[in-house]
Amino acid sequence: MNAEVKIENPKHSKLNFISLLSKYSVPILFMLLCLGGAMVSGLTPKHIIGDVILRLDRNLFLVLALLIPVWAGMGLNFAIVIGAIAGQIGLIIIKFMDFGGVPGLALALFLATPFAIIFGYGVGKLLNKTKGREMITSLILGYFANGVYQLVFLLFVGTIIPANNPAIMLPGGIGLKNAFDLDLIKYAMDNILAFNVMGVKIPVFTFILVALLCIFLKFIVKTKLGQNFRALGQDIHIADVSGINVDRTRIIAMIISTVLAAWGQIIFLQNIGTIQTYTAHEQAGMFAAAALVIGGATVTKATIGQAIVGTLLFHTLFTVSPNAGKNLFGDAQIGEYFRSFIAYGVIAMSLFLHAWQKNVAARNKEKLEQ
Amino acid sequence: MNNLWKRAIERFGHPKVYCTLFLALLLITAVFLKQNIIGLICTALVRIAQNSILVLAMVPCIISGTGPNFALSIGMICGALAGCISIEMNLVGMPALFVALFISIPIAIIVGLVYSVLQNRVKGDEMTVGTYMGYSIVSLMCIGWLLIPFKSPEMVWAIGGKGLRNTIALSGRFDKVLDKLGNITLMGNVIPVGTLLFFAICCYLVWLFLRSKTGAAMLAAGDNPRFAAASGINVDRQRTIGTVLSMVLGAIGIIVYSQSYGFIQLYTAPLYMPFLAISAILIGGASIKKASIGNVISGLIIFQSLLAISLPVINGLLPTGNLSEVVRIIVQNGVILYALTKAGGAE
Repeated sequence: MNAEVKIENPKHSKLNFISLLSKYSVPILFMLLCLGGAMVSGLTPKHIIGDVILRLDRNLFLVLALLIPVWAGMGLNFAIVIGAIAGQIGLIIIKFMDFGGVPGLALALFLATPFAIIFGYGVGKLLNKTKGREMITSLILGYFANGVYQLVFLLFVGTIIPANNPAIMLPGGIGLKNAFDLDLIKYAMDNILAFNVMGVKIPVFTFILVALLCIFLKFIVKTKLGQNFRALGQDIHIADVSGINVDRTRIIAMIISTVLAAWGQIIFLQNIGTIQTYTAHEQAGMFAAAALVIGGATVTKATIGQAIVGTLLFHTLFTVSPNAGKNLFGDAQIGEYFRSFIAYGVIAMSLFLHAWQKNVAARNKEKLEQ
Repeated sequence: MNNLWKRAIERFGHPKVYCTLFLALLLITAVFLKQNIIGLICTALVRIAQNSILVLAMVPCIISGTGPNFALSIGMICGALAGCISIEMNLVGMPALFVALFISIPIAIIVGLVYSVLQNRVKGDEMTVGTYMGYSIVSLMCIGWLLIPFKSPEMVWAIGGKGLRNTIALSGRFDKVLDKLGNITLMGNVIPVGTLLFFAICCYLVWLFLRSKTGAAMLAAGDNPRFAAASGINVDRQRTIGTVLSMVLGAIGIIVYSQSYGFIQLYTAPLYMPFLAISAILIGGASIKKASIGNVISGLIIFQSLLAISLPVINGLLPTGNLSEVVRIIVQNGVILYALTKAGGAE
């Protein structure tokens, strides 16, 4: 077999190149866009690399949290917003306790986990009721959860939940302020182990954690559970017939995704160092999904590599586009609008292509049956 | 009592019953807080009129089987563009409004046609794809608003001289021309008779359309596409008509909204507006597969009164924070979620 392939390869090398190009067309397109943007922006390579490393540090974990639902056939999980909310609950609690540093961060991660598990279970339950419409449901669910979260932290804190901390609460003693600093855990994780390479700070410890997560994801694919995810992703009916507990497996996928998102949000915020109480989580789902899709992932197929490449490309684009817009059109605003267009646009494109393929496949199947 | 409750839920659905109860609770609280009830009702009426046609725009698309139009923001952009063109033409008053409406319709038809070509390829996933299509077109048009070479100093940023402003004031253009048409005031509060009348005419036209031959075909196509196709109805065509009609109503709707609001809102303003219209019609008892003019009217009355009354009442109870906005987010998205779960999984 191997020998045959080797012989055939040179003959089709040109064809292979083209098929390779079409296979990786999305990341290649964005790589060109990033390169062009970087050249036009006039930023120094050092600035761009430093900024991109910073953004990878912040966002990789969140993007990786999207993978398992994709494998399990549930599409892009826009409800990781709810995981992000769980993470913020952990952070708000340690802020109330005024417990900082590495132990404080560990406590926040620990406290966020049970919330994330409960939320993930709820999301899973709901998505089991709306099979085939998971993505729109998870999107709206994210918005809904945002409303409930705001209600809890605007009204219930200080009334139903006894709390008193003038530093982070509104003057009336009810509700949290719109924003407060997280100085007590700022860089707590990044600085455990960090190197300075030519003035660019590399937060090694966070990247080690990301690597561990990748290994965990690789490992889970090999387990029975991972195989069940794959089976669900291939065909939910066949999975059901072959004795997999479909609903339970989907709930587990959502729980893992939500817990990872909670941790991801904590990593994100320990790097930023301030928390916009009511808006910090809002864009988490959209940006993570856009990054994944830019890496060449689709609604049904995604790999760890695509997640990493996508995050790299998306955030390079994020770094360079305001300056590129300013230099090209004399208006930084255009670059900013352009990048939000890219974020929404790639998701729209990916969703569209996926739905189209599904439709064509369904129609072909119908024709075959007739 | 229990029986009555069950029957009410069965007849009207959870969202309508709960929202009505919540509305009643708010009204009672308003009485206790000694707030100006007539003023509140008039504010509610203004808001109902303001949003009326945007909600009506959900009817044709739901009926034609494409589900609630999550991409209605695209239609709204057409309307906003037409409004800007009418100002650029330096028109004033009623002519300005009608020229805007007149221009918006062909734009919305073309956009609707293009959009429905895409939509007919993604049957079953219209909502997800539509939401992100809407988002991406809104953000693309953000660049558009900056680059389209409008000249009128009323609309362009004073500094720099190019790019449209975030909100364009309509005072001196077509601000409230429809609202003030009937000119009835009740204890100092304007009742927007003209806009309500305009809404009634639009409702009547849509109602008439649904009873026409095309309308009947559309209903059949939406109700059971396979059966409709078997009986010789071109399902894709009916879906296209539904979508185009929805986009046109969306464009008209945003112009009516703007004249009542007093400003044309550009840039990211239309991003989440479709959700508001969708939840209104769902509260009225529509599902993602069935809708009627009655759903539009009752949903509008309940949802918009709820929003109008919750603002002063909740702020009267608790002045801190922006709780009435939170109530809106929860009600709006909760209702859509409920409709999604009730529709169940795809086959």
